[in-house]
Amino acid sequence: MNIVVCVKQVPDTATERKLRSDDKTLDRDAADGVINELCEYAVEEALRLKEAHGGEVTVLTMGPGKATDTIRKALAMGADKAVHLVDDALHGSDALGTSYALAQTLKKIGFDLVVLGSESTDARTGVLAAMLAERLGVPQLTFSNKVEVSGETITAQRVTDYGYDRVEASLPAVVSVVEKINEPRYPSFKGIMAAKKKPVTTFGIADAEIDASQVGLANSWSEVVDFAAAPPRAAGTIVKDEGDGGVKTADFLASKKFV
Amino acid sequence: MSEILVLVEHVEGQVKKVTLELLTLARKLGAPSAVWAGPGYTAEAQARLAEHGAEKVYVADSADIADHVVAPKAELLAQLATEKSAAAVLVAATAEAKEIAARLAIKLDAGILTDVVGIQDGMVAEHSIFGGGVNVRARVTKGLPIIAVRPNSTPVEAAAGAGAEERVSVAVSDAAKAVRVVERVKEEKGARPELTEAAIVVSGGRGVGSAENFSIIEKLADSLGAAVGASRAATDAGWYPHQFQVGQTGKTVSPQLYIAAGISGAIQHRAGMQTAKTIVAINKDPEAPIFELADFGVVGDLHQVVPQLTEEIAKRK
Ligand SMILES: Cc1cc2nc3c(=O)[nH]c(=O)nc-3n(C[C@H](O)[C@H](O)[C@H](O)COP(=O)(O)OP(=O)(O)OC[C@H]3O[C@@H](n4cnc5c(N)ncnc54)[C@H](O)[C@@H]3O)c2cc1C
Ligand SMILES: Nc1ncnc2c1ncn2[C@@H]1O[C@H](COP(=O)(O)O)[C@@H](O)[C@H]1O
Repeated sequence: MNIVVCVKQVPDTATERKLRSDDKTLDRDAADGVINELCEYAVEEALRLKEAHGGEVTVLTMGPGKATDTIRKALAMGADKAVHLVDDALHGSDALGTSYALAQTLKKIGFDLVVLGSESTDARTGVLAAMLAERLGVPQLTFSNKVEVSGETITAQRVTDYGYDRVEASLPAVVSVVEKINEPRYPSFKGIMAAKKKPVTTFGIADAEIDASQVGLANSWSEVVDFAAAPPRAAGTIVKDEGDGGVKTADFLASKKFV
Repeated sequence: MSEILVLVEHVEGQVKKVTLELLTLARKLGAPSAVWAGPGYTAEAQARLAEHGAEKVYVADSADIADHVVAPKAELLAQLATEKSAAAVLVAATAEAKEIAARLAIKLDAGILTDVVGIQDGMVAEHSIFGGGVNVRARVTKGLPIIAVRPNSTPVEAAAGAGAEERVSVAVSDAAKAVRVVERVKEEKGARPELTEAAIVVSGGRGVGSAENFSIIEKLADSLGAAVGASRAATDAGWYPHQFQVGQTGKTVSPQLYIAAGISGAIQHRAGMQTAKTIVAINKDPEAPIFELADFGVVGDLHQVVPQLTEEIAKRK
């Protein structure tokens, strides 16, 4: 099975994240870039499916030059090769532009299964898998906490508010995973060394037949008008429990008419 | 006035509160038209939508919509948006509705804004990003705006609309039927309000200490008619089911009151609750970052403070 796993580099949530004042896009230089946590689960699931069914795992990332760190991490976990889509024309693409660029690349490189995280920690849109499925005209099995492949049939458990839906479709397909699906492996020393020799192909927009008028900040379907730091919350009242902490809390709730 | 399509969220025939919030918002933007997709439509549901300003109620309840996820609903909305020349489409910022909106955006070649907390004149949308640290205003620049709004971000106001029912038939494509729902599995839910819809949420974290001890969180929640939430430390430990996780990789909640017990307030947790109107924290560590957000905080052992609070609330009822 030819599995492509889409991974994204995001600013570390443990550091202060910023928007750029010039073009109002995410400041990718201000914070350390790390692999989006949910993408690690996507890589893990891709590796498990390969281990069970054979085939190959290709990492696909669209992002600036420094996203190679993230690619190496996925390769160190065990993926076989990578495609890095990098072009200045792509800077500032919104979800529609990103999904278009990734879909074009996926058409070029081919796939039986595309695996994504269900959400990124920076954009937090959670829409990319659905957009890819729509653009590629293949089934989407998203928000999965379990995925199984048998021949040409793929089944998944789609997490819902009430529990889950068991859904079924035929390959090729797009899958997105939630973090309860597996426990991502740590790259071994051997894996890290091996990753250095694994092939990483760099694609520019021409290589993937991406129409420049569909990507980038200027061609996005939405724009940031302005942004500002949220006003700090007014300092609250903090009391030490002297055996009456519950009573005092009840007084506070009563003062706010919650009880 | 142009039509604003509002995708109705419903469970077992009941219209969810977020839909009433969307109708309230839609009234400021144009003439709200509710779109009911799937089974369970009743005259009662129609009345509820009309009471909150729906001028029209489009109903599409064929089996094609019930038996498949996401894609058929996107086709329905695309058909309606085109036929009715809608000025915008509003959906709730839930996982499924965002995916419907995503596919719709591609079909219509139109921009999408997700996780919006307010809409100003000129369809300028307000977002709260980076765990509530930054407020952003954004707008759609191509095609009609498709906007996913976070539940609980707009107070519901009633205002009568005509609520004229119109049956819609959609010819769902084979491609949209490619994913079949084999089984819908309902896990025990209990009588508590749904987490993202609840006016009050009581959450427990690692400080709760065990699955059994979560009963003290549940008792407090029940005394307030609240939903129960949990930090990732608590769901990872298996003390509480994952669907109740609040935070970056869990649910985003925006209740009137959020009570955090035994939760340190890590950035990833804050990302899911920072827009709560009032925040109360109970934690034995005076340095816990959750106190930076709290309107009221108690430094103490939650095993003492929480049961006492539950008892006090019962007394005052
Ligand atoms: C990519 C990513 C995504 C994440 N997503 C989420 C998410 O969606 N939601 C989420 O919650 N976390 C998330 N996390 C994890 C997050 O970083 C924290 O680890 C987690 O929120 C900690 O949970 P906690 O506050 O319950 O535990 P801790 O940080 O261990 O805090 C426990 C607190 O309880 C207090 N305490 C202990 N005993 C008592 C007692 N008897 N009485 C009173 N107080 C007591 C302690 O003082 C401490 O402050 C994510 C992390 C990453 C990297
Ligand atoms: N630039 C990108 N390159 C590769 N994959 C991406 C990119 N952006 C998003 N993704 C994938 O889409 C998922 C959801 O991201 P999002 O829709 O941005 O919340 C991520 O977990 C990734 O798998």
